[in-house]
Amino acid sequence: MSAVLTLSSITKSFGGLAVIDDVSFAIEQGSRSALIGPNGAGKTTIFNLLSGIYEVDSGRMLLDGADITDVPARDRINFGMSRSFQNIRLMPHLSTVENVMLGQHHLATSFKDIFYPLGLRPKNKWAEQARAALSEAGLDTYSGQVVSELPYGVQKRIEVVRALMSDPKLLLLDEPAAGLNAVESSELQALLEKVSTSGTTLLVVEHDMNFVRNLCQHVVVLNFGCKIFEGTPEEVGKDPQVLEAYLGGDTSNAA
Amino acid sequence: MSAYLTGLIVILCLNIIIAYSVFLPAAAGQLNLGAAGFMIIGAYMDAYLNSADDGLGLPMLLSVPAAALFTALIGFLVSFPILRTRGIYMILATFAFAEIVAGIVLNLEVVGGASGFPVSSHAELEDLLPVTIGVILFGFYLISTRFGLAMRSIHDDESVAILFGVNTRLIQVGAFTIGAFLGGLAGALYGHQFDYIEVQNWGILFSIFVLLYVLIGGTQTPWGPLIGALFFTFVPEMLRTFGEATGWELIGELRFAVFGAIIVGMMVLRPEGIMTRTFLELLFRKVPRRSPQNPPNNMEGV
Repeated sequence: MSAVLTLSSITKSFGGLAVIDDVSFAIEQGSRSALIGPNGAGKTTIFNLLSGIYEVDSGRMLLDGADITDVPARDRINFGMSRSFQNIRLMPHLSTVENVMLGQHHLATSFKDIFYPLGLRPKNKWAEQARAALSEAGLDTYSGQVVSELPYGVQKRIEVVRALMSDPKLLLLDEPAAGLNAVESSELQALLEKVSTSGTTLLVVEHDMNFVRNLCQHVVVLNFGCKIFEGTPEEVGKDPQVLEAYLGGDTSNAA
Repeated sequence: MSAYLTGLIVILCLNIIIAYSVFLPAAAGQLNLGAAGFMIIGAYMDAYLNSADDGLGLPMLLSVPAAALFTALIGFLVSFPILRTRGIYMILATFAFAEIVAGIVLNLEVVGGASGFPVSSHAELEDLLPVTIGVILFGFYLISTRFGLAMRSIHDDESVAILFGVNTRLIQVGAFTIGAFLGGLAGALYGHQFDYIEVQNWGILFSIFVLLYVLIGGTQTPWGPLIGALFFTFVPEMLRTFGEATGWELIGELRFAVFGAIIVGMMVLRPEGIMTRTFLELLFRKVPRRSPQNPPNNMEGV
């Protein structure tokens, strides 16, 4: 298996504070990986560097063989990467279908695609594709509603569907299960497993370790901007450095 | 139709067109307090092109679109510096733009300077009406396209729109330029209705009112500017008529104070404008299909 994403020696500082310090890891094609760590470890910063919201200070990022380090944020979706957000970032005044159609935006390149009256002629291919994707995710009942009025768990899943519309090679999910109840969380997991079966690589930032254990085969642990562990979910709970990061040092051995 | 009503509808049509001019950038998240500037450019350019004595003597059918296109060009050029600003600073920048335009035109002797400029050709309401309807339809069309979807996405969350590949600068410049075109169109048409133009017609108060049409009407849907212009054109007149009919002279005389109170009330009650997506849905929601009734032979208590 080849790597779909390779980070080599990524460093990012805000002022004098190194938030990401020489982090390297690779994500296998088609895998389901998790990026975990205590609060402030730099997980979301890694996502923001990947999606181009921040620029790296040094290091390289390769996406499916292409160097995306200096690619502007707007163009990165064309390289096969899209993401969801920690706090829901759907467009509150757009309907569910319109939000999902935003996920297709970079595919609409011709003059006709940009100036076709999608809203006045709702039976167009873009809207049909969006409705089909929503229905596949079990969300077809909400397609016309303005998203700000929908339940939190539904909005979380709409974000995933929107990110999937670009048919990404790599899907970045920032705390997809946060704030979901047990039912919503298992629905989300089923959706993500389906996505994974179709060949999309998943990289998930998540605090819910049950969710991570059930979904992911590969875990990268960050602490204070450094990678402290990489391995399977089973091994991660036994690693002394990880335990120390989460639970504090073993004080009984202190001098 | 009485002359009073005709005059009112002429003003309504012009208000609708200028409202769409400000609505398009507003739908993409930019507040434009420069409606007066576009109006002045369009009106004076058109009057100059149309005037046989002092200008080129072009017919209206040529001078109006030419003036609108010229205003669009100016809008395109100033959009680059203006769109570097955000929020309240963009309001200030567009306001400054309108003041600069007014200052320049006031000192242009070729179009009469401070004493104003006569417009050669006169147009009737019948000429204005189809253009107004065309502008409304164009507003609905543009918002329904992917271009419109991108505009509304920028309005809601610019940084996420960027991550989905939206060229935010291009969309914003586009919306502002099309808005400038409509502003120039409104100005040019104004001249042919009132036969005389002067810069003093379009001060800061005018720009504020147009921005209010859009904000009170609502920026989420293309109904917003239409409803806002209707509201601002008719409510003060209705208050006057109401005051005359009931003999409550105070309402008639203080109608602008009453109107101001109504505006404040609207802002409290409907801070996102009269026409929101949710309100539209409430108006046009399809009645959900009833679940199949129980068969009649199953009635209880029979």
